[in-house]
Amino acid sequence: MIAPTAPGRRRAFGVIVALALAGVAALVLALASGELDIPAARVIAALFGSAQGMDADVVRQLRLPRAVAVFACGGLLAMAGALMQVLLRNPLADPYVLGISGGAAVGALAAMLAGLAPLLVDGAAMVGALAAMLMVFGLAHGDGSWTQTRLLLTGVIVASGCGAVVTLMLAMAPDTRVHSMLFWLMGDASSARRPWPALVVLAVGVVVALPFARDLNVLARGETVARSLGVRVTRLRALVYLLASVLTGVSVTLVGSVGFVGLIVPHLVRFAIGNDQRVLLPAAMLAGGLLLLLADTAARTVMAPVQLPVGVLTALIGVPVFLFLLSRHRR
Amino acid sequence: MPDITPATAFLEAEGLALQVGERWLCREFSLRLGAGECLVLLGPNGAGKTTLLHTFAGLRAPTRGSVRLAGKPYASWRANEVARFRGLLAQQQPDHFSSSALETVLIGRHPHLGRWGWEGAGDEAVAREALRDVGLAGMERRDILSLSGGERQRVAIAALLAQSPRLYLLDEPTNHLDLHYQIAMLELIKGHTRKGCSAVMVLHDINLAARYADHVILLDGRGGVVAGTCAAVLREDCLSQAFGHPLRRHVVDGCAVFVPQ
Repeated sequence: MIAPTAPGRRRAFGVIVALALAGVAALVLALASGELDIPAARVIAALFGSAQGMDADVVRQLRLPRAVAVFACGGLLAMAGALMQVLLRNPLADPYVLGISGGAAVGALAAMLAGLAPLLVDGAAMVGALAAMLMVFGLAHGDGSWTQTRLLLTGVIVASGCGAVVTLMLAMAPDTRVHSMLFWLMGDASSARRPWPALVVLAVGVVVALPFARDLNVLARGETVARSLGVRVTRLRALVYLLASVLTGVSVTLVGSVGFVGLIVPHLVRFAIGNDQRVLLPAAMLAGGLLLLLADTAARTVMAPVQLPVGVLTALIGVPVFLFLLSRHRR
Repeated sequence: MPDITPATAFLEAEGLALQVGERWLCREFSLRLGAGECLVLLGPNGAGKTTLLHTFAGLRAPTRGSVRLAGKPYASWRANEVARFRGLLAQQQPDHFSSSALETVLIGRHPHLGRWGWEGAGDEAVAREALRDVGLAGMERRDILSLSGGERQRVAIAALLAQSPRLYLLDEPTNHLDLHYQIAMLELIKGHTRKGCSAVMVLHDINLAARYADHVILLDGRGGVVAGTCAAVLREDCLSQAFGHPLRRHVVDGCAVFVPQ
């Protein structure tokens, strides 16, 4: 696939439009499904009309905020993953590789251990994510140089340190709290009630990243190539790192450490439209939102009334799809 | 873009000296490269050829002295104007993501496009022609991860051609290439210098340097620099001393050839 040429570009825009339409369909499905089955026509009436009644309230007040928050978080994770993969020039990079989710987990679990209210747990997760981000940035940037290996190593070490602290807290936690702590770690959207922070950050992320998308294409070819083509690499890397960290931090705060979306979705999108960041970033955002929304809908309904952690579902859906496409993909 | 007159030096260095850590790579020397000229950097491994080339490219500041591109120091150029005037073929780095050959060559058009610009039909034509020039016509859709080392090197050269700079800076352009393509690629660069561009190349093959260079800079790896015309630098004594291996000069069909003893 050759995205920069006219036919490649048309196909990429076609994929983006198809993903957006699929996102709308998934949203209607998410709003219709649950313990109370609501027909699609009633869902649309509740959204756009003045439908009254319990089903309209369920759609507007319970399912819509959660579905939008989940879609936005999926978009945040996929975009952060795509950015990290370019920043580290490593196809195995994901939003969590540099310790953001580890820091958030330490913050959130410490707050849960202390028995704080959910809002404070969210706040502690955000503080933990920012602390991990600043620590990795400061340590990796310490001598002014910025090599991918140094950044990656620093991040992986900080992440594993956080992992040890998390395990320690789980071991110390009373049985009554362990369950909710484990759910947080696996990724849990059941407490996602406020879609606005994620939506705003997602919009800001797109607005900040897209003007630099072609610079990212050049950066993906290596630092020397990028610098020789006039890209201000140090500034661009700092920007991408901060942006990816904030996107990840917000998502982790809202839905916990949902795995696989940030790693797999950018690759899925690359199979379809290539690695041009100008189309990859928006397409990955839509595909990430779509995957997480479908996974969350399944998590709510498959074993209802038991709610499964959405992070498990993303892996269960994402892994076979990815392996199938990988086996079909020919160079 | 600056005004280029026939008298403008594309690349000038004055009192240039490079130090990495405690080690001096080259002590003060000066240089002036005009339109149509080709300069070759020679020296043993680790002598600092790449560092010097990157200094010429404005990617690092000299320890002492100054470098000017078309009469202006790098600091007073805009980044994308620099990239339209001089292009660098860097040493090959491993690729990590799939990409077609054409897409890879189109990367060279980056400095010619605005922030929101997309590659147009003109850019695509330039890229296809560049691929044709390096003997890769018909390979536009091939994934670079599936190319051989020599093909990948020619894609990189095509990306440099698509950048269409006036000053070509090439770090070991013959790397990974078979004999036929070594000559073909150097002839290609020579063709561009005949049309008024100029070139600086790092080469390992003294005989190719003798064949294509107008000027040579010989680094000995201990800070010593011999700079001058091809005839002045490519001598048995200078080369033997710099490479730490005795060399003999022979003349074959009117061309100087250096043979290790």
